[in-house]
Amino acid sequence: MSLTLLYVQTLNGLQLGVLLFLIAAGLTLVFGVMDFVNLAHGVQYMIGAYLAAMFTALTGNFFFGLALALPSALLFGLLLEFFIFRHLYARDHLDQVLATFGIILTLNQAVKVIWGAAPLSVPIPEIFSGSVVLMPGLLYPVWRLVIIASGLAIALLLGILVTKTRIGMLVRAGATNAPMVSALGVDIGRLFMIVFGFGAMLAGFAGAMVAPILSVEPGMGDNLLILTFVVIVIGGIGSIRGAFIAALMVGLVDTLGRSFGPSILRAFLDPAAAAQTGRALAPMLIYILMAAVLFFRPAGLFPAKK
Amino acid sequence: MIMRREILPLSIFLAFAVLPLLGNFGSDAFILSIVTRVMIFAIAAVSLDLILGYGALVSFGHAAFLGIGAYAVGILSAHGIREAAIQIPAALIVSALFALLTGAISLRTKGIYFIMITLAFGQMAYFFAVSLAAYGGDDGMTLPGRSLFFGYDIAQSERAFYFLVFACLIAVYAACRMIVTSRFGRVIRGARENPQRMEAIGFSLFAYQLTIYVIAGTLCGLAGFLLANQTQFVSPAYMTWQRSGELIVMVLLGGLGSLNGAILGAAAFLLLEEGLSHFTEYWKLYFGPFLVLVVLFARGGLMGGFKRLTGTGDGR
Repeated sequence: MSLTLLYVQTLNGLQLGVLLFLIAAGLTLVFGVMDFVNLAHGVQYMIGAYLAAMFTALTGNFFFGLALALPSALLFGLLLEFFIFRHLYARDHLDQVLATFGIILTLNQAVKVIWGAAPLSVPIPEIFSGSVVLMPGLLYPVWRLVIIASGLAIALLLGILVTKTRIGMLVRAGATNAPMVSALGVDIGRLFMIVFGFGAMLAGFAGAMVAPILSVEPGMGDNLLILTFVVIVIGGIGSIRGAFIAALMVGLVDTLGRSFGPSILRAFLDPAAAAQTGRALAPMLIYILMAAVLFFRPAGLFPAKK
Repeated sequence: MIMRREILPLSIFLAFAVLPLLGNFGSDAFILSIVTRVMIFAIAAVSLDLILGYGALVSFGHAAFLGIGAYAVGILSAHGIREAAIQIPAALIVSALFALLTGAISLRTKGIYFIMITLAFGQMAYFFAVSLAAYGGDDGMTLPGRSLFFGYDIAQSERAFYFLVFACLIAVYAACRMIVTSRFGRVIRGARENPQRMEAIGFSLFAYQLTIYVIAGTLCGLAGFLLANQTQFVSPAYMTWQRSGELIVMVLLGGLGSLNGAILGAAAFLLLEEGLSHFTEYWKLYFGPFLVLVVLFARGGLMGGFKRLTGTGDGR
């Protein structure tokens, strides 16, 4: 019984990890290559969810909706880049924080104006609805498995893209030393735009994929954004591999800590105290993990900068 | 002879001083309570400016101290201790200890990693407060009333409380002004400009930076004490990362590293929020783009604009 719960929670943790990776991948590259702190990245995730909800309602089919939402999220990201972000690359981090904070406020409010304050819901696509028996007594929703699988597939593709292709090489070089890449004759502005647009689309994809299982609401990206920053800092800024490992770590630690923390503590404390400390400790675990990682490795696990 | 650079702080404080004398403001003293709130957040912003503007230490968890100060009031009141002479030292000491502990760990890191580790400690404080089921947990708790000062209920009137906060703001401002102009403050500023050189001259920057971090946290704890007293309510919402972000925005909006800017920024932020939300429910739709425009076109925030207008040089 408890073992089944462990499997289910591990899968849930994996799903959160994959989700975090999809968002973190773009953020860590934008940060690593352009040295740009983009607080508004969580908003891209929210926009992706809203676009998917809107287009699904419009076309009546989630996959048509997704196919329309992805290019729209990409376009939206590129517009933001063109009108605002590219004027901020040369500024210091604090200016970037202030401006992107302003964008968060604006867009959270704008979706409320456009789509209303009430959460939208998106139906799970027909063929992936329902649950599947993974093991005797272990029933798991198919859609969550689809999210995990598609996330892992994208992680694999991204890994190949970054390590095997020319554009990936430029991105890696840019994360290590952007001015040098520029000096060698690469159009760094175009590279920035590609990385930014791609990151925005991945975050939008993450938002679209979870739209059927979470409620689509204003501000849904805010708390996930902080988790994503935790991920990229643990993984080391600019490193896709680091982001992947850290995302899975954070997803698993957070999910398993919340569900098993109190019962593990019960072995040491009396039940009331265990429940109390467990409730306090579980949400803190990932931050404790991050503080510990930074204490021993002040630049994260796999720093891209030398 | 008043020097040019002293005009701005003097006029700010003069404005705060004469406002309550201008009229009665009706029974609920609406304007008075808004300006009280402005001054409380000005204290928090000034304390943040101390590390952010002068020390280039970007703390993304400063709201934790606001919460610690507030919870000192809330928890002590819940046990029947409403005496400010006990609550204030408790708020300051716990804030200082939290700053000492987290600062000692955070200052090992630099740059963006410092931002993130302070965020992590802020989030830990937030979740700790959420878990305090005995003190309201997620919902927070309502206080039985404002703190007593040596047994007297003198802060109950809005006007008296206003002047109490005003006195605190002046004291905090004066203390910070003294700190940044002292030898100690010059070392902190030196570390902002060129840490390697400061180390090479022979300063152990860690001790200096930890000291300023503890001072800033302690002063913000005082703001937390006042905030809890004003609203007579304490909740984890005081420590969310968004609140820490708002404090940074206040300092940046006003202009970094001048102390005056932090006060102006807090005032501009809260008054815009209050003013815009009067006209429209969607005030953030106007406030957000305003912030973006400030960054793109008005470098140095409000203080930068002020300096360009008056031609005063570097007001640091």
